[in-house]
Amino acid sequence: MAAPKTFSLLRLAAAAAAVLAFTACSVEPWVKPYERDNLADPIMSFDRDPVSSSYTGHVYEAREGARGATGAAGGGCGCN
Amino acid sequence: MKRGLIVALFSLAAARAADAGVLPEDRADVLLHSYDGGGVTIQGPSVLVRKQFAQKFSVSANHYVDRVSSASIDVVTTASPYKEERTQQSVGLDYLHDRWMMNIGFTNSEENDYTAETFSFGVSQDIFGDLTTISLGYSLGNDTVGRRGDDTFRDEVQRQQYRLGISQILTKNLLLGLSFETITDEGFLNNPYRQVRYLDDTTPQGYAYEREIYPRTRTSDAGSIRMRYYLPYRAALHAEYRQYADTWAIDADTFEIGYTHPIESGWTFEGKFRAYSQTKADFYSDLFARSQFQNFMARDKELSTFTSRTIRLGASYDIVRGGWKFVERGTLNVILDHMMFDYEDFRDLRGVGAVPGTEPLYSFDANVVQLFASFWF
Repeated sequence: MAAPKTFSLLRLAAAAAAVLAFTACSVEPWVKPYERDNLADPIMSFDRDPVSSSYTGHVYEAREGARGATGAAGGGCGCN
Repeated sequence: MKRGLIVALFSLAAARAADAGVLPEDRADVLLHSYDGGGVTIQGPSVLVRKQFAQKFSVSANHYVDRVSSASIDVVTTASPYKEERTQQSVGLDYLHDRWMMNIGFTNSEENDYTAETFSFGVSQDIFGDLTTISLGYSLGNDTVGRRGDDTFRDEVQRQQYRLGISQILTKNLLLGLSFETITDEGFLNNPYRQVRYLDDTTPQGYAYEREIYPRTRTSDAGSIRMRYYLPYRAALHAEYRQYADTWAIDADTFEIGYTHPIESGWTFEGKFRAYSQTKADFYSDLFARSQFQNFMARDKELSTFTSRTIRLGASYDIVRGGWKFVERGTLNVILDHMMFDYEDFRDLRGVGAVPGTEPLYSFDANVVQLFASFWF
């Protein structure tokens, strides 16, 4: 059985994120906090109703072979 | 290879903390769900409550029930219709420290022939002046598998999940989300009741059944990108793509596009289209050439080559605008999903007289309804 093709992509992204996290503190935000009204609107949430997105994810996982990376848990836009 | 990923994840978790971060909102949701399609109905409630305390903590609890009545294509061709109930309880705790958010969770799922327990841990941090949120998660699950009518059968499954999420503000109207997730399973991974079909000249219909046999390990990787764009007249567009691959040779693609439109009277409407396609597992076949044809054999339609499409319509109405007593806001919501499944190598055996392997391909539609009320306090 062959190794999944997205695996190397995942490792690369994790390593890149680690490097970014170490160097993050000196970056000047290009969208200022007072410019984030639109992003803070509830309609811009990736997961507006967790009780519903969790159920929807369960339905798809039960009917389809693929799983994971649905983005329903965790995250956030840092715009509150 | 796995060690490399874990090292990368732990090096990220050890990155220097900045400051800020926000705990999730206090809210309670009561949802009734209903799935009806392919001879299967599944209904039940889900109740989710989340509350902050001591300014740095947020606790959540979820009670979820599936009441299943199944006369699916598998059941009507190889077994008898059945009813069962699955109950799931989850608790979680979030802790905010500067710009770090940590969370732990525990989930227990019980049905008469399957028990699952999952522990999860996650950490997230806002960086780049809060333009970026990075989150990492790990879950460990232990399942116990039984078989009704066979007290001698008992097996185990261990699951591990590694999650990485990045949420990025690109402009004052555009958000980007990236997710990566690796899942490894080890143990008894097939359905203990499902059977495979093989050619057998000695039977009237020309084929017979025997138990499925799956590999005892599976590792999958999934990566997704999603974007959300704020339109000038207060509405939102979103799009998403996910790619998936696993060691059973299943490759899958998921596309989604949607639109959310609030109006002044307190209503919010949404529409969505989702398309999914996958290739089959390398040990899947609708009809094997003979009994015990190979080491691993499956005839689970979820492991076959197929496509599914979903059309969603949703509406939400603000019932507590401006607050009432301790409730700051409340909504009533209805979401309707119409799902269409088309199988390319899974055949419908309910007819009679066809030469084995020439029966019509199976397809079915399902309707999913969610009714829920949400209150913020």
